[in-house]
Amino acid sequence: MGSSIETLVNKEYQYGFVTDVDSDTLAPGLTEEVVRLISSKKAEPEWLLEWRLKAYRRWLTMTEPHWPNVKYPPIDYQAARYYSAPKSVKPLQSLDEVDPELLATYKKLGISLTEQKMLAGVAVDAIFDSVSVGTTMKEELSKHGVVFCSFSEAVHNHPELIQKYLGSVVPYSDNFFAALNSAVFSDGSFCYIPKGVRCPMELSTYFRINAAETGQFERTLIVADEGAYVSYLEGCTAPKRSTNQLHAAVVELVALDRSTIKYSTVQNWYAGDKEGVGGIYNFVTKRGKAHADAKISWTQVETGSAITWKYPSVILQGDNSVGEFYSVAVVNNKQQADTGTKMIHVGKNTKSTIISKGISAGEGQNSYRGRVQVLPKAEGARNYTQCDSMLIGNKCGAHTFPYIEVANNSSMTEHEASTSKIGEDQIFYCKARGLSTEHAISLIVSGFCREVFKELPMEFALEAQQLLGITLEGSVG
Amino acid sequence: MTAPVAKYADAFAALDTTGAPGWLADLRSAALAEFNAVGFPTTRNEDWHFTSVTPIAERSFRSAKPSAAPTLADVLAATVGDPSWPRAVFVNGRFEASLSSLKTLGAGVRVGTLADTLKDSPDFVAAHLGKLATFDKQAFTAFNTAFAQDGLVVRIAHGVKADAPLHVIHIADAQAAGCMLHPRLLVVAEPLSEFGIVESFVSLKASEYFTNAVAEITIGNGARVHHYKVQRESEQAFHVGTVQVAQGRDSAFHSFSYAAGAALSRTNIYSRLGGEAAEVRLNGLYMVDGSQHADHQTFVEHIAPHCASRELYKGILDGHAHGVFNGKVYVDPEAQKTDGKQSNHALLLSGTARVDSKPQLEIFADDVKCTHGSTVGRLDDIALFYMKSRGIGAESARALLTYAFAAEVLETVELDALREGLEKIAFERFTQTEQ
Repeated sequence: MGSSIETLVNKEYQYGFVTDVDSDTLAPGLTEEVVRLISSKKAEPEWLLEWRLKAYRRWLTMTEPHWPNVKYPPIDYQAARYYSAPKSVKPLQSLDEVDPELLATYKKLGISLTEQKMLAGVAVDAIFDSVSVGTTMKEELSKHGVVFCSFSEAVHNHPELIQKYLGSVVPYSDNFFAALNSAVFSDGSFCYIPKGVRCPMELSTYFRINAAETGQFERTLIVADEGAYVSYLEGCTAPKRSTNQLHAAVVELVALDRSTIKYSTVQNWYAGDKEGVGGIYNFVTKRGKAHADAKISWTQVETGSAITWKYPSVILQGDNSVGEFYSVAVVNNKQQADTGTKMIHVGKNTKSTIISKGISAGEGQNSYRGRVQVLPKAEGARNYTQCDSMLIGNKCGAHTFPYIEVANNSSMTEHEASTSKIGEDQIFYCKARGLSTEHAISLIVSGFCREVFKELPMEFALEAQQLLGITLEGSVG
Repeated sequence: MTAPVAKYADAFAALDTTGAPGWLADLRSAALAEFNAVGFPTTRNEDWHFTSVTPIAERSFRSAKPSAAPTLADVLAATVGDPSWPRAVFVNGRFEASLSSLKTLGAGVRVGTLADTLKDSPDFVAAHLGKLATFDKQAFTAFNTAFAQDGLVVRIAHGVKADAPLHVIHIADAQAAGCMLHPRLLVVAEPLSEFGIVESFVSLKASEYFTNAVAEITIGNGARVHHYKVQRESEQAFHVGTVQVAQGRDSAFHSFSYAAGAALSRTNIYSRLGGEAAEVRLNGLYMVDGSQHADHQTFVEHIAPHCASRELYKGILDGHAHGVFNGKVYVDPEAQKTDGKQSNHALLLSGTARVDSKPQLEIFADDVKCTHGSTVGRLDDIALFYMKSRGIGAESARALLTYAFAAEVLETVELDALREGLEKIAFERFTQTEQ
């Protein structure tokens, strides 16, 4: 292995890449050499490089999909840089250098000063704290045999697990963005819970403190072995600036027999300004496979990004497996969201629940798109879907595109959707009781989203509510 | 996909177009060009995702030749409805005056064939034909527009309320085998008029043919039109039917679509609510068995404010049948105070039947109330148990519950003769299936 890497490293010199380990960034463009280089930088084993190359070659044959209900200018894939070491981000010297708007938001969310500095990318000694906190947690986790580390670390320390499960839920050939991610993924997280272990803590806390810049092509793989339980929280309620326009992440969940994975996301990437300039394109592939008696639950609160385009899905492979999807998606100003889920019932007596709440304000466009598929062998499958949309203001849009495909008559599927305006009489009532219009809206919206918020770990549920209020600020005038 | 359509070039050249005005020849040529350009839709086309029209595309249908008319008794026996209703009968796509009876139509209702109306009032036809059912990217509408040889034009004068509905009967007999039929219907209801129309598609003999119907219905301000479509084609036949409606202010359009025939059927019902406070009601029932495929697509376009739409579709599927429902509701930014409700329920009687349902809402206005619901399942075990506990045999209980499922939507048919006829068909069908 070592010699092949050396060869590759030598090769990259031929092509004139900078190799200063601490600050290197590749020239823009995507070629097979770039894929090889990323792999060699990370000293990856041969099989992983092969896998990346297969993905890259497949990607070349694919075309970017345009079926979602979102609009954006064409993306030039050759203009992007596909490798940038974390340290290349220049730390700011103090909070004074941070965008004051961002600071105001942190204040409203009640985030501590140290944490604010970390999130904004200011170099402070708080990092030491986080390292120490992180270490304590790591000890606690390893006592239970839980593996939780960066993807690159896992490739070296647990190659057998990565080799077994990587691409087992989202194959590299799955879709255009998944193929791109498979070819060039920078880093991400890996989590393994051994048989019968109930993960002693929400993996969220740890993650939040270590919210390092993992780049635009993240890859997350979570494996819950038989009878295990894990709750994982991705993202952060605080808005994060990112210079990368396109984020094409892949998340794979493997829930083996009788295990439970609860995956919560709070996504608040930069949404662009009021005119819709800038902002992140969040094009993510998220999917879980639930084996017999296993349960996968997705909860997401999507308030950021200029464009959100993702469908956290569950393949209900094993008998009696359960899939859940709880979502709140908020769009304001010129944001666009096309999100929903896919529940694929393969096993017998599989159950799925979908609760989706869409809120559109300003000139935002919000689409729910979901597929519930009951295959012929899914005897006794059950699905319940509810998607509600709320409209605030007369320039926004709310759209619903459910696909219900049933090929088994012992199954039962139900789908309900409603779209309505925020209740004027409810606002009036609140105002009559002395609340301001903004407070009233915040209250009504919180109530509207309650079913989803109650699925979030408590402290995040509280922050998510505040976040919603901030996102919708100024939407009613 | 151009090859499957190119084979129709000769048939197009052979069409008898004597006496057709220049604009109509141009319209037909443009339609043929569009048909050639877009070809038959594939399942990659979002509107045809669940329905493959390959069986239609791979066959070569020929234009139907005039043939001897069946007897009136045969025609009436094959259709559901009141024999005393005024009727226009088309045999294999051609108007048959000897079987039709248009004398009982009241004053103010003018009915004529497309050919006759072109002679009497060419300007009227020019002003309406192809204006609602445009064929841009619509292969089947383009196909019909290019090939429609015969059709019916109905005009209802201002304020006229017709007593009896007009029954338009499309009969396919043994001679239809291998043929394509492109019937065309044009209805213009002037302001404040009220009119009912029943379109029946039936066959006298099981055979393989292709019906590709297009209807255009213009409803003036304050006018009301009731449209019933009864599709009972041969189970070997193919049926594609498009009903395109434009509604004025305070108008009402009530549609009922019944689909039980054809190997492969697709019904499109599109209504555009262009005037304030218009109302549309779309109901339907599809009952298929064996390897039949029944697809309904509805599209309600709320363009003006204060409009209401109501939709109820039910499907009963047995054997290896495949049912598809796609209901779209679009609300324009101007269409404030829209009130839209839609529901689709499917009952699967066998373990091998399947249903694909796609209710869709696209809403661009904020002060609206829109809901949709969709369910797919089998008969309620608890209801069955209840009936058995009251001494009703399992078979009868199943038959009764299935019939009751269908009856909810059949009850919305306001024409007694039609409702009773369809109820009888449904009842006999389910009591037979279960024995």
